[in-house]
Formats: sequence, structure tokens, C-alpha cells
Amino acid sequence: MVKIRTSEELIKAHEQDAACLDKKFHCEPGKKAIVVCGGTGCLSSNSADLLARLQTLIKEKGLEDKVTANIVGCFGFCSQGPFVKVFPEETLYTKVKVEDADEIIEKDIIGGEVVERLLFVDPQSHAKVAKQHEIAFYKLQKRDIALKGNAEINPEDINEAIGQGAFLALNKALHMDPQEVIDEVLKSGLRGRGGAGFPTGRKWQFAHDVKCDEKYVVCNGDEGDPGAFMDRSIIEGNPINVIEGMMIEGYAIGAQNGYFYIRAEYPVAVDRLKKAIKQCEEMGLLGDHILGTDFSFHCHIRLGAGAFVCGEETALLNSIEGKRGMPRPRPPFPAVKGLWDKPSVINNVETLANVPFILLHGSEAYASIGTEKSKGTKVFALGGKVNNVGLVEVPMGITLRQLIFDIGGGIPNGKKFKAIQTGGPSGGCLTEKDLDTPIDYDNLIAAGSMMGSGGAIVMDEDNCMVDVAKFYMTFICDESCGKCSPCRIGTKRCLELLTKITDGKGTMQDLEELKSLANVIKSNSLCGLGQTAPNPILSTMAAFYDEYVAHIVDKKCPAHVCKSLMQYKILEDKCVGCGMCARNCPANTIEKTDIVPVGKAPNLPLRVHRINPDNCVKCGLCQSNCRFGAIIKD
Amino acid sequence: MAHLQSAAVKQITEIVNRYKGEGTPLMMILSDIQKEYGYIPLEVQELVSLLTGIPVSEIYGVVTFYSFFSLTPKGKYVVGVCLGTACYVKGSQLVLDKFEELLKIKPGETSEDGLFTLDALRCVGACAIAPAVSINGKVYPMVQVSQVEKIIGDIRAKEGAK
Repeated sequence: MVKIRTSEELIKAHEQDAACLDKKFHCEPGKKAIVVCGGTGCLSSNSADLLARLQTLIKEKGLEDKVTANIVGCFGFCSQGPFVKVFPEETLYTKVKVEDADEIIEKDIIGGEVVERLLFVDPQSHAKVAKQHEIAFYKLQKRDIALKGNAEINPEDINEAIGQGAFLALNKALHMDPQEVIDEVLKSGLRGRGGAGFPTGRKWQFAHDVKCDEKYVVCNGDEGDPGAFMDRSIIEGNPINVIEGMMIEGYAIGAQNGYFYIRAEYPVAVDRLKKAIKQCEEMGLLGDHILGTDFSFHCHIRLGAGAFVCGEETALLNSIEGKRGMPRPRPPFPAVKGLWDKPSVINNVETLANVPFILLHGSEAYASIGTEKSKGTKVFALGGKVNNVGLVEVPMGITLRQLIFDIGGGIPNGKKFKAIQTGGPSGGCLTEKDLDTPIDYDNLIAAGSMMGSGGAIVMDEDNCMVDVAKFYMTFICDESCGKCSPCRIGTKRCLELLTKITDGKGTMQDLEELKSLANVIKSNSLCGLGQTAPNPILSTMAAFYDEYVAHIVDKKCPAHVCKSLMQYKILEDKCVGCGMCARNCPANTIEKTDIVPVGKAPNLPLRVHRINPDNCVKCGLCQSNCRFGAIIKD
Repeated sequence: MAHLQSAAVKQITEIVNRYKGEGTPLMMILSDIQKEYGYIPLEVQELVSLLTGIPVSEIYGVVTFYSFFSLTPKGKYVVGVCLGTACYVKGSQLVLDKFEELLKIKPGETSEDGLFTLDALRCVGACAIAPAVSINGKVYPMVQVSQVEKIIGDIRAKEGAK
């Protein structure tokens, strides 16, 4: 690998690599380039085999001079993956299987025709859409800050990143005073993307102002919120961007070492980050005297081991130090006494991914995006009961309605929207009345939830909100580190009360106790995990109080989720007497009655069936096997 | 240290030596041992304690704190059913129930033949393909209750054929 030792060499390398990239995407006449999605979602649908097959075919057919094929990060539209994109036309193929590789090569690459059957079909208009930017999912997005390069460059090739401008922001920063760098970040209005939304520049300022010859920057990649995967995709798609953000931070606060703390559940991200760090070291972009300056910086990776609480910054520090991941009391804050008792700043992956843009394009350009108090873009992991599941990057200030219905394409199967859960186990549920709220840190808190790290789970009429609260409480009970009693004991008691309610044994008194307990936990826990743990209960209670009451007073689960409060029933007028349900019943609790099905002759052996509720285990097999829609949940 | 074979002692010593230059290497040492052997029994913790000077009580504290570390051996196939929010709202609990029923084990347990360990996972970050099941790291997308029997059957058939 060629070393890049000075600013001039970097700029030269950038120009050369940019020309290569330009050639790849705009292609000389007769040439093409294929990229294949390499995000975790697509990889699990065999996109690696698909790429291998494409590469084999290119070789076999002697097309090496005409077309290249390589992997890119993540297209974000995971429910439609695996993706194949062909340049220069920018034709986007969706749900591509390994077997489809032959047709893509034959028809598109050799024949120059679009493979119609692999194009995205718009669910509303049923029209085929050939270009990515024409798909509704992408239209309102702004995927060029945190997700920059994510579906364009090869995440394992540093030259492509440099071609896209990697390290130019660092180069600029190294010619500024560290205080000027901090001022720029302060002016940009960037706030922590991990959840709390603390101004990033202020965090840096604290650490900068502490006099100490050894400081650390730590990147929090312990993305433990269930339903959130933006940090994973950012690292998988463009690890260099995060490394660069970390280096700029290191320069600003005066640190020489940076630690990435990544969940062990993300092997692909860890692998790509390792490769990226190695390539940076080989080129001299990490190490001593970076770009000919006095700035030296080294990156290290530390893996989590499956503990949600390690996303809390002081617990994370303990984990890096080889201890149980339990939070530390604050103060002292990490900026004063952090990793190995040295001044440290902990920033989330997405926060760092925003930094190069701010330095390169200036704080004004960044601050021009977003709302008054929340600047820039936010990446959301849109999931649950929504048509277009995937990763989206949108400017702050977009409404929930735009997020769920325009980008997300609405709720599948004609069901009704019920709630969107943001902020994971620390957040809350937002409902119909909040749909036109512009998304920013402060609005979401005012509406009773929070931004959190960006998980956004859509729920429809089939989801029971008491069950959702119970789900989060089970999670928190498992993940509470046990250090402080409000969280350790309080969440357990909350879970018991919720279980009592979903079992149909709850009283209105329990509801009151649940509420007061939730408030005690909130105000008395040591760390953010405990302080926010009751939020799912409080927010579902505020928005869906009736549902709690229905469980307690009517002994009904309106969404038919809580098993103790629902039963399966066969509709007499719809049952044709085929007996499919009875044959599939594991509890042998479905029996024939004497009733002749509607429209059937009495001399046939067909009789309406009935479920004996006493022995029913409520597995739902009868319902999934009934082809006449005669079995309902009641 | 009587129970540990000399090969294991040698290998664990080698793992510990990998991180000689690190100030606080315990997590990295334990991760490597967990990866190599699938579990970290007390004897191994004692050896690590001897080699690093970290009290065994502290090592035990760390091993039992993190869900990736295990005190008992795991099955050849570790089946992790994701119970993250996105998977949960799409019915992954029912998928987990089905695995429990067919494998006759609860989450955290290993089947008698040592073939399967069942785990309930907290989000593998594959929310777009919910419900997700991860078997030895390979993620199965959009798993339905009706597919569970085949997934188990395929593995059993593969193992039986060997």
C-alpha cells in the first residue's frame, strides 16, 4: 500500500481515487459496474453467494474488462434485499437470488436490457421502478451524512473511501487549532445520537479543558436497544468515516488513543472495522505524525459480551477495563475521570459519523439542516408493522407521518396504525395524535417518548400495549445490572404486576401501585438504564389507559394477544366441517357437534366443530390451518 | 488444576500471553477462551487467575455478568431466537415456544444429546428480516412457526448422516 504522509499526498490520492470512483460509477462507453448489498440483512439472504456467482460468471464469460462486481455497505431497504445495482444506468434490482445472477449477466450486462422481473414494484401504483431515487422509500431521505457512501463504496477498500473524500475533514481539522475544531462542532449544533442528545461540542470542551497528558476517546458501538441497527450499518457500510470522526475528536481534545466498544453480536461490523483500521495503519493515516503533523493517534477495538447496560457510558468504561459492566456514580464525569481514570469522551457511532461532514462542509451547512434545536439528520431503524422496513436517514424535523406512511409505506395488510415506539426500552409510544409532530429531541420528549438511538418500531391494532410494556420490562429485568435496588427490585416488582394484569388477575389498585413504583424507579435509580426503565409503562399507561382497564375490569385483551384473556372460537356459520382444525389440534380439544354446516347436505358426514376451551392451549394452530376463516380470536 | 489436560493449559497460557501488553485484558482473554472452548468452567478461571494475578472471585464475577460467557458447555448448534422488539411484535415468541416444544429444552439449556442449545437473544440487529433466528451465527430470515420443525430436522439429518 502507498503511504500517505502529507496533506499534499492525501489530496493527490483523493484526486486519483475520485477519478477511479467516477470511472466506476459513470463508466466508459461499453463498461459497467455491479454492486451488491453486504449488510447483515442481505448477507443472511445469501448476498455473499450472489456476489460470488456474479464474479464467477464474469470470469467464465471473459467479461473482466467490461464489468466489475463488488460488495457495498447497506442499501437500508432491507425488506427488499438482497440488492444488486448496475452502473452507469443505476438500475436497482431487488430481492435478487443467487439463481438470478445468470439472467442479470446475460440480459443486462451483455444484452443491455433491464431485467424487468427483478425491479421494485411500487405497492401503491403497482408500477415497476428501475431507479433507486424514484422509489418512495428513498425520496424524503437524505442519506449523505451519517450514511455517506453506505451503498456506493466498498467498505473493505480504503481507496474508495479516500476517493469519496475520507480524511479531507481531518486534514482540514489538523490545520486548525483544537479549540477552533470544538467551536465548529459546537456551532453545528450536533447533539449525541446515542439517545440523550447532549451537545457533542460541550462534551468535547469539558475533556479539552482538563489538563492531562493522557486522554481517551471512546466510541460507543454497544447498540443494545432491541430494534435498533443504525450503528451496525454505519460501521458495516463506511467504517473509515467513523474512524475519521474519532480522529478529529482525538485531535480536538488532545487524545492519542481511541477505543471502539462494539457488541459481539455484530461480527460483520467488527471484521470491517478491523480491516479499515489495518488499512489506515498501513497507509500511515493512523499512527505517529499523521499527515506530517505532530498529531499521533491509535485505534483499538474492544468487544462487548452481551450486556445491555454496557451501552451506559460509565458501565462501558468498566467493561473495557475488564470488569463487570456496572455503572459508576457521577460525578466525577468521564470527561474528568474516565477510562483508566483519565479524561475521556464517549461518543456514539452515529455522532462520530456526523463529524467529518461538519468539518468538511462547515458548521453552517450542517446547521442549515434540521430544526431550531436539533440539527442535521437522524438515522432511524424503521421496523415492526410497516411495509418498508429498513434503515432511513432523514433530516430532523420530518414528521412521524412522513416517516411511517411516506417512507415506510404505511401499515401492511390494511391494518390500522396504533403506535410507534421510539427510544427502545428507555423510550415510549407515540400515537395517532403525535403523527404530525416534527421529529426532534425536544418534541419527542414533550410527546412522552424520546429520540433514543433511533429504533422506531411501528405497531398495529394486533399489538397489545400492556404486553408491549411487559416485553420491555422483561428485557430490563434481565438486563438490570443489579447494582442499585430501585432498578434491580423495582423493575422485578413492575414485571410481576404487569404479569398479574396480563394473566387477568389484576386490580385497579395494582394499576395505581404500578404507577407509583414506576415513578420511584425513575427518580431513584443510579444510571440512565434505571431512570428510563419505567418509560414504556408510563407512556403506554398515558396513551392506552383504556387497554389496561380492559385487562383488569373486563378481563379482555382488546388486541387478543394475552393468552389468559383470549380464546379461539369457531364461527358456526363459516365452519364447513372439514375437520382440518381437529386433526391439527395438539391438545385434542376440538370436537364435532351435531350442527350441519350452512349449505351442506345433512347426509354428508360434515359437522360444525367446536373448541372445548378447558383444554385449549391457545397455540393457534387451528386458526392457521383453517382455510375458511372460520376461526377467530375472541 | 488437576482436571485440565496439559494441552488445554498450554493453549490457555498462550491466550493469556496474547494480551501481555494490555493493562486490563480480562474481557479479551475470556472472549477468546469462550470462543475456543464454548465455555469457561471454574478450573479454567483458576488457571487464568494464576496466570494474570486477577483474583478468581473477580473473574467469576465477570464470567457470570455477561451473557456471552457460559459456565457450562454449549450444544454443537446454538439456536438463538431473537426477542428484540421488531421480532417480538412479529411473533418471535411463538417461534421460540416452538423450538422449546420440539427440542424439549428451555432457553439457556442444552439438549441431552449435546446437539442444541437454545437461547433467547436480545436483538441481533436484523430487524428488517424479523422474526430472525441465528444458528451458530448464521441468521435465518423471517422464520415462521411452521418452519421450525424443518430447521431442526435439517440439522438432525445432517448430523445423522455423519
